[in-house]
Amino acid sequence: MAGVAALVSKVVGNYRNDKNMLIQILLDLQGGLGWLPQEALAEVSRQLRVPVTRVYQVASYYKAFSFAPKGRHSVTVCLGTACQVRGAPRLLDRTQDMLKLAPGETSPDMRFSLSTVNCLGCCALGPVMVVDGKYHSNPSTSELQHIVESAQ
Amino acid sequence: MPTRLSSPEQLESLRKDILSRRDSKRPIITVCAGTGCQTYGAGDVYQDIVQEVKKQGLETKLEVKATGCHGFCEKGVVVVILPEEICYVKVTAADVPELVGAAAKKILVERLLYVDPTTGQRIAREPDIPFYRNQTRIVFGHNKRIDPKNIEDYIALGGYAALGKALSQMSPEQVLAEVKKADLRGRGGGGFPAGKKWEETRNAPGDIKYVIVNCDEGDPGAYMDRSLTEGNPHAVLEGLLIGAYAIGAREGFIYVRQEYPLACENLNVAIKQAQEYGFLGDNILGSGFGFTVKVHRGAGAFVSGESSALMSAIEGKVGEPRMKYVHTAVSGIKDRPSNLNNVETWATVPLIIDKGADWFRSIGTAGSKGTKIFSLVGKVNNTGLVEIPMGMTLREIIYGIGGGIIKGKRFKGVQTGGPSGGILPEQCLDAPVDFDELAKLGSMMGSGGMVVMDEETCMVDVARYFVNFLCEESCGKCIPCREGLRVLRQILTDICEGRGKPEDIGVIREIAEVMADASLCALGTTAANPVLTTLRYFGNEYEAHIKDKRCPARSCKSLTSYYIDPQKCSACLICRRNCPTGAVNGDKGIVHWIDQEKCSKCGVCFEVCPDRFSAVVRISGEPVPPPPAPGTKVVRKHEG
Repeated sequence: MAGVAALVSKVVGNYRNDKNMLIQILLDLQGGLGWLPQEALAEVSRQLRVPVTRVYQVASYYKAFSFAPKGRHSVTVCLGTACQVRGAPRLLDRTQDMLKLAPGETSPDMRFSLSTVNCLGCCALGPVMVVDGKYHSNPSTSELQHIVESAQ
Repeated sequence: MPTRLSSPEQLESLRKDILSRRDSKRPIITVCAGTGCQTYGAGDVYQDIVQEVKKQGLETKLEVKATGCHGFCEKGVVVVILPEEICYVKVTAADVPELVGAAAKKILVERLLYVDPTTGQRIAREPDIPFYRNQTRIVFGHNKRIDPKNIEDYIALGGYAALGKALSQMSPEQVLAEVKKADLRGRGGGGFPAGKKWEETRNAPGDIKYVIVNCDEGDPGAYMDRSLTEGNPHAVLEGLLIGAYAIGAREGFIYVRQEYPLACENLNVAIKQAQEYGFLGDNILGSGFGFTVKVHRGAGAFVSGESSALMSAIEGKVGEPRMKYVHTAVSGIKDRPSNLNNVETWATVPLIIDKGADWFRSIGTAGSKGTKIFSLVGKVNNTGLVEIPMGMTLREIIYGIGGGIIKGKRFKGVQTGGPSGGILPEQCLDAPVDFDELAKLGSMMGSGGMVVMDEETCMVDVARYFVNFLCEESCGKCIPCREGLRVLRQILTDICEGRGKPEDIGVIREIAEVMADASLCALGTTAANPVLTTLRYFGNEYEAHIKDKRCPARSCKSLTSYYIDPQKCSACLICRRNCPTGAVNGDKGIVHWIDQEKCSKCGVCFEVCPDRFSAVVRISGEPVPPPPAPGTKVVRKHEG
């Protein structure tokens, strides 16, 4: 994992070793690696001179961080209030059936990770789902099939 | 690289210079590039328009611009042609060649205009569309004229002039007095007077003070701050700068939800440009006042939007709230005086300085001045962002601007104030919307979410939804919130699933009372509001669930069943093909029926059954009729 140490050095350097920037540093690492492996957290602790317990405290508190690798494609279904009253639970049911995954799970072949979110801030289009950063407004079953199949 | 402006006079001459370089008569095709329209493909439409303008050799005749959110997200992609403000809705890439050609010839593309559903007439100009006509867009209005990545667009509309005025003609005390006089109340939820908060930070001991923008817009169903930050970031920066000058802060932070990547991007671009033009850094506009600002991304925690929690998060710590017997205005980030306001509050400040407190006070009600932006969503025809003067009634908003309930269904309730707010029924529709009136009714203004619900929404389930949301978001630091929510969630889930007991209602009230009294922060003290307002206004729904095991909205899965009316079924096989559990029996020409043992109550059959048959029936609280005899043939009404 030499690559991890180098990436941590680079990210920590971008923030001039500022301890107050711990959350921002972890966000960049989560973005770069797709998850936060133990090595990365230990390295952040060492380079930033912050106790490893505090690094873990922060990393386990916020939902943006993951201690396990994520699938190649991320599928997120919004469960905000506006989406909720316009049928988000049914969209989530259909998505779960199609991917054979529950929210928070990653498929064994590492193809998909399914998650839910409390609001994506595009409430006018609800129910909304996001696949690899692309927003989809209330996809029908066949559209959903197409979206899933085109993500290999 | 522009030179840093060193006086308000230089700013004014730059503005004139920008305007003189622009031909005010040349049509500008603006494409809404807010997140809503981008979902509908605004990015491609914009690129295609740019290409098409080149292809038709119209570069000198037409300008193309990607702007911030226009608010009418329901009708995306929205394209508006300035200066006439011709508005095209639901534009796709296929429409681009015709649209560009027509814009050059200054003629209309009739088929892309908005059609008023009540009159059936096409409306050409954006301000004439009822959705916009009934709004008062003073804070949100510039969004549609500005490319958020181009500071000169903002300057051309008079941007940063209020900052220049404050720095050159007003003392910090005068700025503070003006904001106090305007009676600007915080738009983030609490409605605390912004001027009072500023004054507390200004008067707090210490040389180093901070100002903070709260863009951790976590309320589900609300996205006003997202659209303002994405669409007009300089207005937020200008407000922050004016506040910093009044308070005596030289450093600021903008805390943005990580779920809002475009807001972060546009803010960072805006900060860079503001530095280049001399609105940030040392000696701003030659006044001697200096200020810097940093963007912090949140990492996904609803409670981090609470002021003390947000300040911990900015210090790189876990975002948990603390007791506030010492206000954050006195001891916030790094124990220094820190003033935090929400995006919309900051964006309103330049208007107050520019036009004066008296102008601002002329809009609104006795206790709530100015306008408020709402996210009007849910079961309403025109969903989107609306800015209204305080005091407009819920009915005017939902029916006048929102165009009423989808598919002509019956209105049941409107949820305001997010998870800490409440749900108001039909008899409250004529209540004026302001901070105090909504609180009187048991709800609150909140940050501006307004989720409309119709007869098919179950109020017990909605209460359970909010309690479940808060239960997951509670940081767990104090017991009343952590345990109270857990028990509330269990009780409400039991009621929704048919296991409710008559004594549950008393227990709910008791827990709600303890949580309101003893929780550490506002998340806990207000957490029971959605439960209490639904009990107050929709008590009969709770009773139906508990006593009759019936969901009046026919929405709670455990209490509903589906069956197929044999008289109406025409054996089209559509429901059988779509049923995920294979519960639909029957064949071509043979009446279909649902095997209740296999049915997972997903409701797909109900949704796919064609309207002309409407054979699938959803019931609650009554027995399912027995299935028809095996092999029953379809009754064809027109045959024989």
